[in-house]
Amino acid sequence: MTHAATEEDTTATDLREPVLQAKGLVKRYGPVTAIASGDLELYPGEILAVIGDNGAGKTSLIKALCGAITPDSGEILLDGKQVHFRNPMEARLAGIETVYQSLAVAPGLDIADNLFLGREERKSGVLGSVFRMLDKKHMRSEAKRHMSELGVATLQNIGQAVESLSGGQRQAVAVARSAAFGSKVVILDEPTAALGVKEGNRVLQLIRDVRDRGLPVILISHNMPHVFEVADRIHIQRLGRRATVITPQSHSMSEAVAIMTGAAEPPPHSA
Amino acid sequence: MANDPTSGGATATAPTPDAPGFDERRTATPLQRIQHVLHAQPVLGPLAVLVIAIIAFSLVSGRFLSAANLGLVLAQVTVIAALALGQTLIILTAGIDLSVGAIAVFSSILMANMATKLGIPGALALIIGLVLGTAMGAFNGFLVTRLKLPPFIVTLGTLSIFFSLNSVVSRSETIRGSDMPPIMTALGDNAFSLGGFRVTWGSIIMLLMFAFFFYALSNTAWGKHVYATGDDIEAARLAGIRTDRVLLSVYTVAGLIYAIAAWILMGRLASASPNVGVEYNLDSITAVVLGGTSLFGGRGLVLGTLIGALIVGVFRNGLQLGGVDVVWQGTAIGLLVLVAVAIDQWIRKVRA
Repeated sequence: MTHAATEEDTTATDLREPVLQAKGLVKRYGPVTAIASGDLELYPGEILAVIGDNGAGKTSLIKALCGAITPDSGEILLDGKQVHFRNPMEARLAGIETVYQSLAVAPGLDIADNLFLGREERKSGVLGSVFRMLDKKHMRSEAKRHMSELGVATLQNIGQAVESLSGGQRQAVAVARSAAFGSKVVILDEPTAALGVKEGNRVLQLIRDVRDRGLPVILISHNMPHVFEVADRIHIQRLGRRATVITPQSHSMSEAVAIMTGAAEPPPHSA
Repeated sequence: MANDPTSGGATATAPTPDAPGFDERRTATPLQRIQHVLHAQPVLGPLAVLVIAIIAFSLVSGRFLSAANLGLVLAQVTVIAALALGQTLIILTAGIDLSVGAIAVFSSILMANMATKLGIPGALALIIGLVLGTAMGAFNGFLVTRLKLPPFIVTLGTLSIFFSLNSVVSRSETIRGSDMPPIMTALGDNAFSLGGFRVTWGSIIMLLMFAFFFYALSNTAWGKHVYATGDDIEAARLAGIRTDRVLLSVYTVAGLIYAIAAWILMGRLASASPNVGVEYNLDSITAVVLGGTSLFGGRGLVLGTLIGALIVGVFRNGLQLGGVDVVWQGTAIGLLVLVAVAIDQWIRKVRA
């Protein structure tokens, strides 16, 4: 790849080359059409918010992207190459990390254990290969690094059980895990839904930090102020298809809601 | 009864290492502090109960603390402790195994019958018995993971099946140890004796198994996955853990542990009897619960189970030495279990 050599020249074209792209996805459950025509583009270094009324198909669209469901037809491109995910693990191995609304953390395990859950690291040598001993020290220091990189400094004790953390701190653990292991894309499903104002703002800052570290983010949210605060572009899903894509600059919150609910005609893509 | 010792232990370690930024702990009452300490150190409660029980019974009877009697307690506890180890693994995954006694007794009957009736060499009969016990555990695991049946129902069914097959194979006859090859009952022999405190090979193997699983649960990825699966199976699955594999491995390993316990059992009884295991199911669950492992999964330590089994043994032995009628033993153990479960529920309410 000539990527590194010609970075400067290709920046402009890179911006038009989506990291993750969905084209004409269809998903039906019996007579119910969850996605009529799923289209989505995620560009490098951006936060793309996906909004839509209940039943608009945003959850199904996101599930298809992270491997939780398999679309009936249509294609998904990662870095321009077509991919087929049969389960979330395959999407994860391809570099797409998802933070589910239910967080997928084990409350009884500590922060470091949770960060490395499912990808534990073993010690080198005989201790690791024969005795299967975990490299707890390394995992702990790595966990600490990942947490502090995201500015979660209040978590002093990495050996603390996740259940003793507040909602925002648990969310921070889940986001840190996705940021630490996601090499291409991070998908966040309603990350601020259960949080108070202060904690919600901290998580928004976390999301910006993830983007600023170079990982593009897909943010699914019902919270319009949050969406308008952090999103670079806003994908509006309606009736199983993409109604339009706007930016926080081009449209107001009430206009976005009007498009979402069908009260206003969707404008042509302004982003 | 169990609250007094814990409050004593907790006041000594009351200043929990609070991480800064956790406001809710600032105004904790003494009771809440105890709750937090027990939540962080689940072995403290059972350990306190054990120590108090030992002190109390030694006051009641001068013979209790004698080396010979303590050796007897250890020998009496060995089989239950080994079975409770397998039970702990399953309960950690939020399951339960009602077939534990049936697998152990059936395994011992199979081993003894192969060696005596079929004339298979002792060592080979033991190995085949261990394999068959493991297979019985794996069968439970298969039903739980493939047919997605609740562990309670699965093991209720296999409890019946294994006990019934046990009667078929044994023809309800007890095989005496003297008729078997010596290796079959070798674990009942003393490994060493310290001034009357006798330790059998069976006890040593039981302790080695505890040491092994203490390591496996705390220091390997498998251990973390067992806890995560029991804690929140959906979260574990989303985190990429193959929870079905974890569950299958746990039930299979438990079967192997029960089969090893069957070997220990033949040594302890110096026979293989088809009618001994009925009380083992509940005794093993009792030891697990007394040891602070939560029946709801994801929380607990094998060290606690060892302490729990010792508590059962100490109570049984101590009440007997104290002259309490045997029929009251069940009441005492039952009350202990109820208190332990109530405390577990209370500890679980610790939430930020």
